[in-house]
Amino acid sequence: MTATNVVAAVAAESGGSVTGRLTGLRAAFRSPRLVAGACIVGFFLLLGILGPFFVADPNQLSHVQLAPPSLSHWLGTTQIGQDVFAQLVVSARASLLIGIGAGLLATFISVIIGISGGYAGGFIDEALSLLSNVVLVIPTLPLVIVILAYVKASGLIPLIVIIAFTSWAAAARVLRAQTLSVRNREYVLAARASGERSWRIVFVEILPNELPIIVSNFIFGMIFAILTQAVLAFIGLGDPTLLTWGNMLNIAYNDQALSVGAWWWFIPPGACIALFGMGLALINFSLDELLNPRLRVYRPAKADRSQPLVSQS
Amino acid sequence: MRYVARKLGFYLVAAWAALTLNFLLPQLIPGNPIEVLLAKMSQSGSVPPGEAQVLTKLLGLGTGNIFQKYWQYLDGLAHLQLGLSISDFPTPVSTEIGQSIYWTLALVGTATIISFALGIMLGTLAGWKRGSRLDAIIPSTTLLTAMPYFWLALLMLFFFASNVWHVFPQGQGYNTNSEITEGWNLPFILSAMQHALLPALTIVLSSVGGWLLGMRNMMVSTLSDDYVVAAEAKGLRQRRIMIGYAARNAVLPSVSGFAISLGFVVSGAIAMEYVFSYPGLGFKLVQAVSNNDYPLMQGIFLVITFAVLGANMVVDLLHGFIDPRTRLSR
Repeated sequence: MTATNVVAAVAAESGGSVTGRLTGLRAAFRSPRLVAGACIVGFFLLLGILGPFFVADPNQLSHVQLAPPSLSHWLGTTQIGQDVFAQLVVSARASLLIGIGAGLLATFISVIIGISGGYAGGFIDEALSLLSNVVLVIPTLPLVIVILAYVKASGLIPLIVIIAFTSWAAAARVLRAQTLSVRNREYVLAARASGERSWRIVFVEILPNELPIIVSNFIFGMIFAILTQAVLAFIGLGDPTLLTWGNMLNIAYNDQALSVGAWWWFIPPGACIALFGMGLALINFSLDELLNPRLRVYRPAKADRSQPLVSQS
Repeated sequence: MRYVARKLGFYLVAAWAALTLNFLLPQLIPGNPIEVLLAKMSQSGSVPPGEAQVLTKLLGLGTGNIFQKYWQYLDGLAHLQLGLSISDFPTPVSTEIGQSIYWTLALVGTATIISFALGIMLGTLAGWKRGSRLDAIIPSTTLLTAMPYFWLALLMLFFFASNVWHVFPQGQGYNTNSEITEGWNLPFILSAMQHALLPALTIVLSSVGGWLLGMRNMMVSTLSDDYVVAAEAKGLRQRRIMIGYAARNAVLPSVSGFAISLGFVVSGAIAMEYVFSYPGLGFKLVQAVSNNDYPLMQGIFLVITFAVLGANMVVDLLHGFIDPRTRLSR
């Protein structure tokens, strides 16, 4: 996913004028992809915020064990009679919190490192881009696994921090490249020539122009954090008291949900992760088209590449 | 030449960073891990003399200030003293890694190459026929990309190897119940391939979407370049324009993006191997973590990281070779 992100950003052309961007925005809001993505994401956000108030205690044991879905248990029950639907809804909150928290923190780090490196240039840029490239090339998951195995952290905050500090690099690289190209545009040069301070140039001239990229990075960071947390919890490195989708999968797998055929237990949590991730990815997909006007499908005849310009006989 | 030197220098720095991280992290373990480890070892057999020293060096917990500890750690690694595994005492960590690395290399390597080739080909077609039916399925690949690898693996296992439709073996590297011996004999290779099919399918399914999307987008960008229009105006054959003109240039960012994606695939493979009980490095790593087997954990982390760094280096050098612009601009 991040590869696509980088590729898209490498390919990204300049943003265009303000009016051009506005029409782009309008076009994006007409795109069914964005609407679908926003609906999915909105649904899960509501589920995470309000859902836990409406379901029964997810840890409540009962004698109805491994029951398939029914009217009283919408998604059946677990090995020890807990309601899977209630667990799913309560898990949404922690999973989303980790995604949003780690996504925000990673984006924040990437903005600082990417923009300051790209804007400052020289030695600072060399050092910061070396740092991002090194972090980028070291495989994240083994590193996070090893860190967690040593630290034995539990709770939300340490997890968010560890995921964020290992996943900011791709975004920083994209931002640096964009800053390098924005830095020498006329309006930035004009601002510099009129004696504006550098912090003002960065925050007022450069940062707003990179907002779409930053948002896109945030969305990718969120997907990445949720997936990472799910894997960690699944292989048993999560906080066992924290109910998340990954944790549900871990318990289901270890309690033989597969071999007893309790599909209602292990399919829904993964489906939630995949669906939420897809919603976010769809939003990013439309954002990409907005950022890169060349990707937009224009109605005029020029867009149709399948018809050769010069027809062959 | 300067490009090559620069790249080599970068990977040297990255390797040093990984080594140093690996040194610093064990400092975070609370208490005295050496004693705990030795106690665990002595439960399952007699501890060879010198093992305590190797462990101390390896975990960077030696005597003296931090630089002396660091030096001892590097010294131990330089002599390939990786210690003994605790979960499988008293097998040396190097032997453990040697046994499992081939499984991972064969499985993850092959699956990644298949996925890359498939994604590039489909992406080229989708970009070329933008707006067609093939192009319309692109958004659905985002579902595959957003899917957790290990969950896809669970689904595969459930649908094709157990309850629903039992056509594939349930996990493990080969049929361990029969009298097959590991090595270059036909029954073993056939059994191993049969067991690798589902895991490989999992990797390909969940990683092909990223390649496809990246390639498709670059293809669409490239197609509006003037030289492609000129080629069309010249009346060149469509195939030639698609492959020789557009795809050839559009593939470059995907090649340089290979670096980042490889890390993703390797990461995904860890949990996937765990689900399939596949005897590779990822499965070993998870086992090591759940047993607090620090020496094995460290060894596997270093090997995975160095493997990813090495693969990236090769791709980077290759990239400089196929795209002269990278060599000039640096």
